[in-house]
Amino acid sequence: MSANSNGKAEPAPKLIVRDLTVSYDGKKAVGPVSLDIVGQHVTALIGPSGCGKSTFLRSLNRMNELIPGCRVAGSVLLDDAPIYGPGIDPVAVRRRIGMVFQRSNPFPKSIQENVAYGLRIGGIDNPQEIAGRVELALTQAALWVEVRDRLNDSALGLSGGQQQRLCIARALAVEPEVLLMDEPASALDPIATAHIEELINELSESYTVVIVTHNMQQAARVADYTAFFYLGELVEFDRTDVIFTKPSNSRTEDYITGRFG
Amino acid sequence: MSAAAVVDRAALAKATAHRTRRNFVADGALAIVSGAALLIILTILAVILFDVVRQGLPRLSIAFLTEAPRNGMTEGGIFPAIIGMLEMVVLMTLAGVPVGVATAIYLHEYASPVSPITRAIRIAVANLAGVPSIVFGLFGLGFFVQFVGSGIDKLFFHGDKVFGQPALIWAALTMAVLTLPVVIVATEEALRAVPRELREASLALGATKFQTVLHVAVPQASPGILTGTILAVSRGAGEVAPILFTGVAYFLPQLPRHLSSQFMSPSYHVYVLSTQSPDVDATQPILYATVLVLLLLTFALNLAAVVVRSRMRRRYAGAGA
Amino acid sequence: MIRANTSREHTNREYEQELRKLRELLLLMGAKAEEIINGSIRALIDRDSALAEQMIAVDRKINQLEIAIDELCMQVLARRQPVASDLRFLTTALKLVTDLERIGDLGVNICERVLELNGEPPLKPYIDLPNMTQEVQEMLHEALDAFVAADVERAQRVIARDKNVDAYYTQIFRELLTYMMEDPRNIFRATRLQSIAKYLERIGDHATNLGELVIFMVKGKDIRHAGKLSDSG
Repeated sequence: MSANSNGKAEPAPKLIVRDLTVSYDGKKAVGPVSLDIVGQHVTALIGPSGCGKSTFLRSLNRMNELIPGCRVAGSVLLDDAPIYGPGIDPVAVRRRIGMVFQRSNPFPKSIQENVAYGLRIGGIDNPQEIAGRVELALTQAALWVEVRDRLNDSALGLSGGQQQRLCIARALAVEPEVLLMDEPASALDPIATAHIEELINELSESYTVVIVTHNMQQAARVADYTAFFYLGELVEFDRTDVIFTKPSNSRTEDYITGRFG
Repeated sequence: MSAAAVVDRAALAKATAHRTRRNFVADGALAIVSGAALLIILTILAVILFDVVRQGLPRLSIAFLTEAPRNGMTEGGIFPAIIGMLEMVVLMTLAGVPVGVATAIYLHEYASPVSPITRAIRIAVANLAGVPSIVFGLFGLGFFVQFVGSGIDKLFFHGDKVFGQPALIWAALTMAVLTLPVVIVATEEALRAVPRELREASLALGATKFQTVLHVAVPQASPGILTGTILAVSRGAGEVAPILFTGVAYFLPQLPRHLSSQFMSPSYHVYVLSTQSPDVDATQPILYATVLVLLLLTFALNLAAVVVRSRMRRRYAGAGA
Repeated sequence: MIRANTSREHTNREYEQELRKLRELLLLMGAKAEEIINGSIRALIDRDSALAEQMIAVDRKINQLEIAIDELCMQVLARRQPVASDLRFLTTALKLVTDLERIGDLGVNICERVLELNGEPPLKPYIDLPNMTQEVQEMLHEALDAFVAADVERAQRVIARDKNVDAYYTQIFRELLTYMMEDPRNIFRATRLQSIAKYLERIGDHATNLGELVIFMVKGKDIRHAGKLSDSG
C-alpha cells in the first residue's frame, strides 16, 4: 500500500464494481464498468451530460431498480459482500449506502422530524436517542448551530443551501458507511457551494463519498479520485491530480481542457 | 443605409402593426366572449338564488334549525332532518373514504399498469361514476336492504325485521358506493402529484415502499384526499334518489338512535314539502328556507374544500424547490 | 506522446486564440534570442561596434516580450483555469521566458565585452569561439523547434549536446590561460575572451533547460536536476 500525497495510507477499497452494466428496456445505458471506490476518500464522477455517471451512481445503492424496465448486470461488492443478488434486500443496502440528491428534497415536516425520519422507520422511537442522533447528524452536516433553536420549524423555511445540508444530515442520521451525492451543489449559489464542498472534505474523514459533478473545477477541488465517463463508458479512473495534470487517455484530456463537451 | 434596407424596414413595420392590430382585436373578442359567459352564469345563479333567498330568508332562524316540525310540517323547523343528514353523512364517510383511499393507493402504488385486473378496476370505477343515482337507490334496496339486511335478520334476529328494511346504515352504505369514484379519483390525482423526489428521498433512507406510502406519499396527498372527501360529503348531503328506498323517511317522532333506524334529510324534505303538502301557503316559506339551508350547506362545503386545499398546499409546497 | 494543441481546438475560440498568441510571442522571443547570439559573435569577429550596440537594443525588445508573455500567462491562468496539457504548457511558458530573458542578458554581456575588445587589436584568430557559438546556437534553435513540434527526442538531443559546449569552454579557458601566462599584456583581452566563453557556456545551460522544460510539457515528467535531488548523495 502506498501513501498518497496527503500522507494518509490508502485503505482497502470500500466498493468493488465489476462489469456493471445498466440498461433500460434492453438498451444499454452504462457499462460495463469496473472500478474500486477507495474507502474514506472522495471519488468524483465527471463527464458530459448523458454520459451515464448518474445512472452509475444510482446503481450503487440500488435506486435504479425503481425505474420500470431497468436491468442491472454485473456485481457490486460492499466490503466484499455483494449488494445485488436474489435474497438481498435493497432496503438493507440503502441503509448502508445513503444518497443526497441534486435538488434538496426535505419532507414537509419539521427540521427535527426530517432528520429523524430514517431513524423512525428503522424502528427507533426512544425520544432521547432520537434527539441525540439528530443533534449529531446536524452537527456533522454543519447545520446544528443554525437550527438548534428552531428544530420544530418547518424544514421548508430554510434557505436552499441549508435545505441541502439538512438532506445531508438526514442521510447521515442513519449512519451509513457510504454517501452518494448526485450533483449536490449544482442548484446552489457559490457561497453555499463552498460550504457544501467544505463539508464533503470533513465527511470524507469518516465516510466514503462518491460524488457526481458536472463542474470539473469542483471535482478538482474536492475529490481524491476522479472517474471520467463518456457515452456510457468509463474512460479513465485515477487520482485527481493525475487526471488533471497528465491524463492518460486523449478523450479525458480533450474533455477536461474544454476541447469538446 | 441602402434604399432597399429602408424599404424593407417600412414593410416590416407595416406587417408588425397589422399583426399587432389583429392580436388586439382577437384579445378583445376573447375578453368580450368570456365576460358575456360569466355574466350569463352569474345571472342564472342570481335568478335561482333570488327567489329562494327572498322567500326563504325570512323564515330562516336559529329556531328553524333547532326545532322539530309541527303541525303537519306547517310550523316548526327542520332539526331532525339536519341531524339525520349529519348522521348519514358521517357513516357514509366512515364507510366510503377508507375504501376509496385504499383502492386509490392500490391502483397507484402497487398495481401493475398493464395488468388486466388493474384495467378492469379502472373501467369499473369510471363506469360507477356514470351510473344514475336512482339506479344506486335500487341497488341499495335490492342488495343492502333485502339481501344483506334480511340475511342479518335471519342470522341474528330470528327473522324479526330489524335490518331487512330501510335503515340509516343501508342509506349510508349506498351513498358510500355512489361517492366512491369521487374519492378514488381525487386520491389518485393527489398521489400522482406527490413529487418523485420525496419518494426517492424516503426510499434512499432505507424505507420500504409501504413506509414511503404511509409516511410520505399519503401525508403529502392529504390535501387532495381531504378535498375529495369534502366533495363526496357535499354530494352525499344533497342526493335524494339513493336514500329514497334505503332509509329516508318523511316524518319520524324520534331522532335516529340505531344503525337500523330510519332518518330524515333536508333534500327529501324539500321533495315532500313541494309535492305532498296539505297547506301549500303555510309550507312554502319552510320549503324555501330548507332549500336555502341546503344551498348554503353546499356552498359552505365547497368553500371549505377550496380553503383546505389552498392552506394545505401552502404547507406542503416548496418541497423539492 | 501527446501532441500539444495540434489535433483538437478548444470549444472556446477566445481561449484558443490566447494560447496561439502565447506561442507566437514565445517564438518571437526565441528568435530574438537567437538573433542576439548571432549578432554578438559577428560583432566580435568583425570587430563591429555598431552591431554590438544594435544587439543591446534587441535585448530591450526581449525584456518587453518577457513582460507581455508573463501578463498573458497570468490572464489565461486566472480566466481559464487550465488543466492537463494546457496547464503544463502555461507553466512551461512562464519558465521558458525566464531562460530566454537570461539568454538575452548574456548576449548583452557578450556585446559589452566586445565593445571593450574592439578598443585593442585582436589577441588571436578566433576559431574555437565561433565553433562554440555555433554549437550553442544550434542547441537553442533545436530546443525552440522541439518546443514548437512537442518533440521529446529532439529535446533530448539538445540536452545531450551540452557536454560539447562544456568541453569547448574548458578548452578555450585553458588556451587563454596560456596566453595570459606568456605575456601580461594579454591579460586584459584574454580575460574578456574568457568571460565571453563563460557567457556562451551559460547560454548553453539555458538551452539545456529549455530542452528539459519541453520534455516536462509533453510527457508530464519532471526530469530536472537529475541525480541531484536526494539528500544522501
